[in-house]
Amino acid sequence: MAYSEKLLDYFQNPRCVGEIPDAHAIAEVSNPVCGDVMKLWVKVDDGRIQDAKFKAQGCSAAIATSSYATEMLIGMKVAEARRITRDQIAEALGGLPASKVHCSVLASDAIKEVLKGF
Amino acid sequence: MRPEVVAAMMPVFTEHFGNASSIHWFGQQAKAMMDDARQQVARLINAETAEVVFVSGGTEADNLAIRGIADSQRAKGRHIITSRIEHHAVLHTCKDLEKQGYDVTWLPVSGDGLVDPEDLRKAIRPDTILITIMHANNEIGTIQPLEEIGQIAEDADVYFHSDGVQSTGKIPVDVRKLKVDLYSMSSHKIHGPKGVGALFVRKGTILKPTMTGGGHERNRRSGTENVAGIVGFGEAARLAREGLKTDMPRVATLRDRLEAGLKSKIELIHVNARNAPRLPNTSNIMVDYAEGEGLVISLDLKGVAVSTGSACSSGSLEPSHVLTAIGKTPDEAHGSLRFSLSTMTTEEDVDYVVETLPGIVERLRELSPYYKKV
Repeated sequence: MAYSEKLLDYFQNPRCVGEIPDAHAIAEVSNPVCGDVMKLWVKVDDGRIQDAKFKAQGCSAAIATSSYATEMLIGMKVAEARRITRDQIAEALGGLPASKVHCSVLASDAIKEVLKGF
Repeated sequence: MRPEVVAAMMPVFTEHFGNASSIHWFGQQAKAMMDDARQQVARLINAETAEVVFVSGGTEADNLAIRGIADSQRAKGRHIITSRIEHHAVLHTCKDLEKQGYDVTWLPVSGDGLVDPEDLRKAIRPDTILITIMHANNEIGTIQPLEEIGQIAEDADVYFHSDGVQSTGKIPVDVRKLKVDLYSMSSHKIHGPKGVGALFVRKGTILKPTMTGGGHERNRRSGTENVAGIVGFGEAARLAREGLKTDMPRVATLRDRLEAGLKSKIELIHVNARNAPRLPNTSNIMVDYAEGEGLVISLDLKGVAVSTGSACSSGSLEPSHVLTAIGKTPDEAHGSLRFSLSTMTTEEDVDYVVETLPGIVERLRELSPYYKKV
């Protein structure tokens, strides 16, 4: 398989999994291409993301990118987080095989969606 | 490959490397070995040796059969009948012919993947030139009522091709009983080498070759023969025929053990095509609230190689056309897994999967936003 060690690690041992009961915002997005889904919970104070958790039903690349992106969010300013791109997420995990590039869009879409109200 | 197959092939590389079309002695030696192999392949499906045409694999066999008939029969008509669950080698060939002006009827299948012979009967027209329906499906293992289909084709006097890549060596095949005119086979599906296959062409069938050249294989397929591959295929065919009555029932028992084991340990899983006659070596399972590619990668990391019909893992990003044709939604196909067993699979292998998969499914379901533990 053409996945990097880092991606496989985030797939096997995903960080930031779960739900935030008193979240300030929740977003659920699905990938129109393959049907993968991601749900993202965030807590935002003073324009900064204090906490973030996710759940996802999808392939290994979808789970790894979701986990990595959620981890990235914690401590980030909202304005900064909005600028996260799919390529940034994919590159941080060592790149994705050509047929899996579409997977990283799930996490970047979820971030944009969950930060809409801030 | 089976070790016996490797052993049979080695002398072709080291001693008998003659060109089977040459009349000198070492060419003739190669030819004799190839004749032997041809006999083994013919015996496996109850054909005559002269009816076996060696090609580069299942895909070429399908192409030669379908394009060969389409071309030779175009004066009679341009209508072809096939099913919606064919292998890509048939599916894409028929789609290509559609673009060339042929008219293709795509027969639906039942929830277990079976073609209804009545649908076929109704689809036949005066300009129908070919029926091509696979013997057994590569993803879900469903075995089609081929004898009945063959009878309908014979009654209508229409050429009948069947892709037998999955069924050859797994279930008894008798081309006379099945009344097929053309039957595709692949060597590596029966533990022979890759890059070699055969097409059974019933005597008297008018077939336009797709490969033209020096007139090899009785003018059916030009090109210097892959002698080593063919010899390996012949040995694999011999072993497959010997094992039909002993190996295959054992493989079916292992398949049943796998399915029963997984069903007892994992909730919300479904076995596809379980009510149809199925190949002994194929098991297609759908797991709710987990995605197939993630399951495949997780199993791969544990040393188990399987495949999935999930859109996520296909190059086309479409869910399997077979699972869609048997009425599964893209969501259901999303969690599909295909296990392929073989004569080399052991009880320990099966038990290892039964022990390993539940933890993997559990982990992925815990990540799912939809799954609620019951």
